[in-house]
Amino acid sequence: MATTTKEISIGDLGARSGEHETELQGETMALNVGPSHPTTHGVLRLKMELDGDVVKRCDPVLGYLHRGDEKIAENMTYNQFVPYTDRLDYLAPLANNVAYAMAVEKLANLEVPERCEAIRVLCCELARVSSHLLGVGVYGMDAGAWTVFMYTFTEREKLYTLFEELTGARFTTSYTRIGGVARDIPDGWLGRVLEFCKGVLPVLDQVDKLLTRNRIFMDRTVGIGAISKEDAIAYGLTGPNLRASGLSLDLRKDKPYLGYEKFDFEVPVGTTGDCYDRYLMRAEEIRQSVSIIRQCIDQFPEGSYYAEDAKKIFAPQKAKVLTSMEELIQNFMIVTEGPQIPAGEVYFEAENPKGALGFFIVSKGGGVPYRLKIRGPSFCNLSILDKLIPGHYLTDITVILGSLDFVMGECDR
Amino acid sequence: MAESEFAQFKERFDYLSERQTADHLAVNCPAEKLVELCIVLREDFGYDLLVDLTAVDWDAQSPRFTGMYHLLSTTKHEYLRIAADCLDDIKPSLPSLCEVFAAANWHERETYDLMGIHYDGHPDLRRILMWDEYPYHPLRKDFPLAGIEVPLPADDVAEATGAAVLPAPMMGGPFVSSADGPMSQTEPSARDESWTEQEEKPTD
Repeated sequence: MATTTKEISIGDLGARSGEHETELQGETMALNVGPSHPTTHGVLRLKMELDGDVVKRCDPVLGYLHRGDEKIAENMTYNQFVPYTDRLDYLAPLANNVAYAMAVEKLANLEVPERCEAIRVLCCELARVSSHLLGVGVYGMDAGAWTVFMYTFTEREKLYTLFEELTGARFTTSYTRIGGVARDIPDGWLGRVLEFCKGVLPVLDQVDKLLTRNRIFMDRTVGIGAISKEDAIAYGLTGPNLRASGLSLDLRKDKPYLGYEKFDFEVPVGTTGDCYDRYLMRAEEIRQSVSIIRQCIDQFPEGSYYAEDAKKIFAPQKAKVLTSMEELIQNFMIVTEGPQIPAGEVYFEAENPKGALGFFIVSKGGGVPYRLKIRGPSFCNLSILDKLIPGHYLTDITVILGSLDFVMGECDR
Repeated sequence: MAESEFAQFKERFDYLSERQTADHLAVNCPAEKLVELCIVLREDFGYDLLVDLTAVDWDAQSPRFTGMYHLLSTTKHEYLRIAADCLDDIKPSLPSLCEVFAAANWHERETYDLMGIHYDGHPDLRRILMWDEYPYHPLRKDFPLAGIEVPLPADDVAEATGAAVLPAPMMGGPFVSSADGPMSQTEPSARDESWTEQEEKPTD
């Protein structure tokens, strides 16, 4: 049989590098990733300088999702801002709602009843489970393991049904109010949460089997994107990304709020701070959150879901507003002027799925904050990129970004 | 806790004064001593994590801008707030903390971008959230909520279409009433009436 050979000309410089090996030495190429690119999980843009396959320099460009949330906050009452907090870390809106309400309550020196705290703990932990399920799922997908995403996304969908039942919305929950939550939990909801907990653990085992000892996944993540403990602290990393680097700092343990000290849970801590460790952190945190949810439901307190003594802060019950003069006035004042918060400065951080979400509020009294600064954990976690990425192969960028599990909504605010 | 710690600070740094706070310990620090203070706080007091860095615009007051820093000790789990006033109201500036905390880099870029505070010694003080050519600092109190018309960042698109970045339509809200004054004057109203129509643009 006769064979013919045909010469194919390839326009790509890299493919012809063999021919011009000496000439290509020292030449670099500029590569732009994003702002709209599947691996950047949102609208992050990376301007990179490549030497062959190796990234020499990386300049992250942010701001594509900047909405001026802080400016908006200065122009509306405290309760009106709750829906804006949904859109910070939009993968865990409930946790943002809680963190914001707690910051304002700290300024007002207001304590919420035990039942309200328990509801909020459930909100935070369910949000953490939901965020980490997606985080682990898409991380697997970034590393080439499609199946995991399908499993975790199915579970997250069940959670969203629970959120819808609790808050009336799947995504943009806006559930908390200053001094309480919007409404009490529905009948039988706790049982359905427990059912979800029962169902999610086997799925986590599946994920474990699919990823943790998966040769391909390990090859792509072990030793990649390692952050030292010193660097993690210097760059202000928080949450699972910081703990993966070996520092046990979890605000739920170290600065307990919402009665987290009552619950028995472990804080997973990594050793090397590489991409693999960051995956392990999130996988384990889901299990710990499930344990907290079970303990919380186990001794779910009776009582009120809002602070009843906060007459100038939490709007009265609707039935009373329609029948009683005093409550009508109270409701009118809170709706028009906002919850009355004393003057002062306060900074509060909560341990959110992505890290510490902080609110710095300056109040001059009245219903509107004078200045509200949002400390988005993703913003700080991403600031290490220009140090972390150089030296890695281009293909590793996908994995590193996936492992940092960031959300541009709270990064750009 | 806070009081004994402040006494400890006071012994070491005579330029610090205690600041009114609703939560953890807060101190006022003169801007020129800031870097020195932060190094000692990190090395000797364990405040090693810069969690937040921002500034407040006090509008008509002088000093108009105050830099706000939040440090967290990863060992003692205590927060500390440091406030540093900017001496110049027109061209506010503060020393950069990038040498002390790498985290300060992006935070300072953000504060420069939105508040217009210049950080002396910052290695790369560019805008971070707004685009590079943006002419204003939107978090300042004299900047209207609706925004101000500015040219589109993409020159070619602007030339072809005549498009510009327009102020947001404010009809419909946000409706806010001020907390002080008689009820007759505190009717909820759209708070920000774009001052481009009533006042001239401020000269930068």
